[in-house]
Amino acid sequence: MVGRPKVILVACGTAIATSTVVAKAIEEGLAARGIKVITRQCKAAEVPSLAPGADLVVTTTPVPTNLGVPVIKTLAFLTGVGKEEVLDQIAKILTEGG
Amino acid sequence: MNLADILDRRLIVCNLIARNSEEAIRVLARKLYEEGFVKESFEEAVLKRENEMPTGLPLGDINAAIPHADIEHVLKPALAVATLAAPLPFRIMVEPDNTVDVRIIFLLALNEPHAQIKMLQTIAMALQDPLLLQELAKAQSADDIYRILTRIKIDEGDETEGAGSKNSEKQKGR
Repeated sequence: MVGRPKVILVACGTAIATSTVVAKAIEEGLAARGIKVITRQCKAAEVPSLAPGADLVVTTTPVPTNLGVPVIKTLAFLTGVGKEEVLDQIAKILTEGG
Repeated sequence: MNLADILDRRLIVCNLIARNSEEAIRVLARKLYEEGFVKESFEEAVLKRENEMPTGLPLGDINAAIPHADIEHVLKPALAVATLAAPLPFRIMVEPDNTVDVRIIFLLALNEPHAQIKMLQTIAMALQDPLLLQELAKAQSADDIYRILTRIKIDEGDETEGAGSKNSEKQKGR
């Protein structure tokens, strides 16, 4: 399936600061891998209702895992630790999962 | 862009002595209030949020926390910074059952969601730079901290290293 950009739901506590940084880092990291995505930011509490419209959830705070879409819980986009590995993991999920 | 646009020396505390994370956050929150950046409700709002959704970030030797609150408590965007004389435990964002010993607090006061992206990215750059974190932890004055933080520069483009146009116009859309 080429064409439709994948949608990544980016969750953090309040959807103000953290997810803004994370969403930007994901967009840039995946663009560098040739993958175009749409990111949507939300609060952790909104994840269950918004997850069905997404291909992947990336979160910095605990969220339910039985959402029917893959969930990656990581601080890598804030701390830089393991960032490339997580981007590879996301790229794999998006390209193989679709 | 660098943090000089938003950083205010009056909102920096070097080697803060506090008994716990709550006390440290209160000191910074009060500064933001006294200097007119936030409403009186900000202090309790930050503490409540930190309690429900903590912001401790394990970074290596020098760890940090990035407390913040909902936008309705903020009047003008600002950043308050403290280095702690001795590390204090903060609960970890991604696993709130565990704590991390934090040395540097970045208390964010933001009045728009999804905005102030350059400021947030600049802080993220600081978090990802172990040498800079070491320097901050060793700083002996608020002026030192100001100097270290305003030295950080972020690239406007993807690959150019500040060699691009001066007017910082974004080159590509989303």
